Amino acid sequence: MATDIIIHDKKDNVGVVVIEKITPKQDCACWIMEDDSSANIQSLDEIPLGHKIAMVDLNEGDTILKYGHDIGKVVKSIKKGEHVHVHNVKTKKW
Amino acid sequence: MEIPKSFLGYKRENGRAGTRNHVIILPVDDISNACAEAVANNIKGTIALPHSYGRLQFGADLELHFRTMIGTGCNPNVAAVIVIGIEPKWTKKIVDGIAKTGKPVEGFHIERTGDIGTTMNASKKAQEFVMWASEKQREECPMSDLWISVKCGESDTTSGLAANPTVGNLMDKLEPMGVHLCFGETSELTGAEQVCATRGATQEASDKFLKTWNDYNDFILKEATDDLSESQPTAGNIAGGLTTIEEKAFGNFQKIGNCKFIDVLEPAEEPAKGKGLYFMDTSSAAAECVTLQAAAGFNIHLFPTGQGNIVGNPIEPVVKLTANPLTVKGMGEHIDCDVSKILSREMNLSEAGDELIKTTLRVANGRLTCAEALGHKEFVMTKLYRSA
Repeated sequence: MATDIIIHDKKDNVGVVVIEKITPKQDCACWIMEDDSSANIQSLDEIPLGHKIAMVDLNEGDTILKYGHDIGKVVKSIKKGEHVHVHNVKTKKW
Repeated sequence: MEIPKSFLGYKRENGRAGTRNHVIILPVDDISNACAEAVANNIKGTIALPHSYGRLQFGADLELHFRTMIGTGCNPNVAAVIVIGIEPKWTKKIVDGIAKTGKPVEGFHIERTGDIGTTMNASKKAQEFVMWASEKQREECPMSDLWISVKCGESDTTSGLAANPTVGNLMDKLEPMGVHLCFGETSELTGAEQVCATRGATQEASDKFLKTWNDYNDFILKEATDDLSESQPTAGNIAGGLTTIEEKAFGNFQKIGNCKFIDVLEPAEEPAKGKGLYFMDTSSAAAECVTLQAAAGFNIHLFPTGQGNIVGNPIEPVVKLTANPLTVKGMGEHIDCDVSKILSREMNLSEAGDELIKTTLRVANGRLTCAEALGHKEFVMTKLYRSA
């Protein structure tokens, strides 16, 4: 089955779109690399190739996990299925 | 895949092997560029390496200048060198440094002779060198003669998902064969620095890495006017889906696979602890980083990209790979190895690593890289601070 989203680590709360784009209300097939498992999610936004989707609801101050590691903090709450990027996540460095 | 045991390279006087056979015209300083370029224009098959510095530098910055100049001349991809500077003393210092390899090298200084006389004298010697070098033949060399440097650029999330792990897979397969490996990009490990530190082969290597990273981070915090968000991640990174420096760093870090680094090198410092992986303290700007790695003696470079960085180097061939299908489609003339099938899961990481090994060997054996065919020769000196 075609994969729409790849997730690095099962601890991650975001996935990466690997098709040209996903559209709102699209049912997406996810593949979790770490343990070769599968998951499904319905998108809420249009999200282009390489951009991230929230796998769970996230509140302001929450930590984004990718590669199983901390990659920044949520600055505006995010619903499961929404686009995760510079408009709602910031670095904890610099 | 059974990994080949050898490649066809140029054996050098000091026991190293080159993947290329360049005769270079090396200006010591900015004002000698015109003369160096005139010589390279006169004598076909030579290349000039113009750059912006070399006057009134001092301290660690001057040391780095000499290390980069001498290291570039010493690189085994270089058969012979003409050095041209304004004054005799610094010209001679660079000539003497390169001469230790045993390769043909001769210096010329412009003062008291002028550009035209110097161009004539240097051109005669350059002609002799290039005709001599043109008779060199490729010979079978063990894989351990490959010194592979890596650096990624215009990264996006496909870099961390696929192109960088492909390089890591190649490292895991080639490290046991005794190759030298090098990664750098101190600032772009920010956020992953503690995890990276755990990959030191010894406590000493780990401590040295963290000290290097802390020094660089202190410098960035001192000089930054805002949160650096205009530079890290870059606009290209953000367009490609990378949100924070931490995300970029963990993607970057995938390039070393499961290898551990045995030492931390100063910029342009030649490794001295034998085969294995080294970390070099470099800027994350592509041309600066590759120039430093080439000056340290690395003879082939692997460059994963997401959105499509196009950098090349005059002496070290730069092999590009990408996993981003849009980059392959839009700017395929820059991509030597396409691993985009990883994203559609039509190719696994090990198969991608094998493809990259095959491409690397073809280039080591003489196939031009895309960057070479397109004329990319970015030679960019790193400058630590302003001149006196």
